[in-house]
Amino acid sequence: MNSCAERIYNGLIKENPTFVLMLGMCPTLAVTTSAINGIGMGLSTTAVLVMSNMLISMLRKIIPDSVRMPAFIVVVASFVTIVDFLLEGFVPSLYDSLGLYIPLIVVNCIILGRAESYASKNPVLPSIFDGIGMGLGFTLGLTCIGIVRELIGAGQVFGFQIMPDSYQPITIFILAPGAFFVLACLVALQNKLKNSAAKKGKQVARAAGCGAGCAACGNRAACGGHMSALPADEKEKEE
Amino acid sequence: MNENYKVSSSPHIRDKISSSNIMLLVVIGLLPATIFGIWNFRHENAWILVVVTTAAAVLSEYIYEKLMHKPITIHDFSAVVTGLLLALNLPPTLPWWMGVLGSVFAIVVVKQLFGGLGQNFMNPALAARCFLLISFTGQMTYFVYDGVTGATPLADLKAGEAVNTMDMLIGNIRGTIGETSVIAIMIGAMFLLLMGVIDLTIPGTYIVSFVIFITLFGGHGFDAQYITAHLCGGGLMLGAWFMATDYVTSPITTKGRVLYGVCLGLLTGLFRLFGGSAEGVSYAIIISNLLVPLIEKITLPKPFGKGGEK
Repeated sequence: MNSCAERIYNGLIKENPTFVLMLGMCPTLAVTTSAINGIGMGLSTTAVLVMSNMLISMLRKIIPDSVRMPAFIVVVASFVTIVDFLLEGFVPSLYDSLGLYIPLIVVNCIILGRAESYASKNPVLPSIFDGIGMGLGFTLGLTCIGIVRELIGAGQVFGFQIMPDSYQPITIFILAPGAFFVLACLVALQNKLKNSAAKKGKQVARAAGCGAGCAACGNRAACGGHMSALPADEKEKEE
Repeated sequence: MNENYKVSSSPHIRDKISSSNIMLLVVIGLLPATIFGIWNFRHENAWILVVVTTAAAVLSEYIYEKLMHKPITIHDFSAVVTGLLLALNLPPTLPWWMGVLGSVFAIVVVKQLFGGLGQNFMNPALAARCFLLISFTGQMTYFVYDGVTGATPLADLKAGEAVNTMDMLIGNIRGTIGETSVIAIMIGAMFLLLMGVIDLTIPGTYIVSFVIFITLFGGHGFDAQYITAHLCGGGLMLGAWFMATDYVTSPITTKGRVLYGVCLGLLTGLFRLFGGSAEGVSYAIIISNLLVPLIEKITLPKPFGKGGEK
């Protein structure tokens, strides 16, 4: 059970898909015009992620290595279709505001990334919790961005008027450029907090804490293997 | 005597001119338009907006550099130029805090986050104007002259109504604080031309290509009155002489400047004739600013002796 809790912590904080891994930027920037959209998108993705992680983990010994990508896509697309219809049936207003971005969950890189780097190599239970952790991390990121954008751009949070009536909303924040401003500021703030915690000598979760080693990592090409070398070096120093 | 033997890297000969000199000259060049604007919109108390916006630009530069432990650069007047240009691009009735917000955006986001003076990828004042225009469309397009609200001459022109070109030349019309008087702008521009701060290439090609575009697609043919109205209306003159010529965001080579000017002219014409709003100078300039690195790339001069190489 310990590893399950670790998976959730990993997804929420250590490898938060929005603020640390910077994955799934397209829905992050596009749908976070309000907090409720952020939560809706985050939870839809979480649902798909948990189900697909579970199924892919179950099938991991059957799927041939050479066709794993098409197989993953088929699994993910099936769940996305289910979520798509459920949203259309039960929360039509949210479905309307998320629009095209629901079908686009199929190609969301968080889902394929977790399938490739975690679910296809690990047992079912940790994979499910990995999906929950990553999904909640994504939801957290989207909701934070949504709250800030909605507050500045419309004076509301979750549709409730927060700012006084005399407040003049800065409309640009609920338009496309605002998404970039808010994301950049939140990532900077997050890095600032991390850096000052590191200065105080606290153990800080590293950005690409790929504990499993580089051989298993889907992002190896991007980091060139030096990311895992860093924490190891530091551990030696501390010891 | 010993100084002659000192070994140092180039440059060995320095001109007396410095960035603070140039910025000061630009401020002086902007003064006629500023003074006219403040007088023109005296009933709207435009001077408060001008002072507050300029002060906010300088102050936000100072505070940012203080907080980031960087050398304080407010004495080079570049923040004054940015704040003043932004103020001249705002309608006189704008609430003062929106001007402050624009200044903070121009200095902190557009200029300092990208590395300060010389590193900004687009004109900070215009970026801030567009930021305000998108955020507060109502207030940014609310124009008053002598207590009477209405459309700018450029909007009238787009609607097909007659405009008084003489008024547009002198400047007693609706518009942003600094853009109304072509004569005041030209006095400042002539001063900068004579001092060698700006050269004719960018404004010249900008205006010529804009006139050609208007003649071809404006639907009036070569109608001198229509073309003059387009040239005197809106922010074209202020943009062409003071903002398109910004050293940081314009190309270095003459060839590049010609290309940049043509680009500006085409985009402005496109936005004014076929765009949703009557004015398009600020968007034309910031989009061309973004094209500058590409323009520099294709107009890169060949080093001596590299001509034959393929």
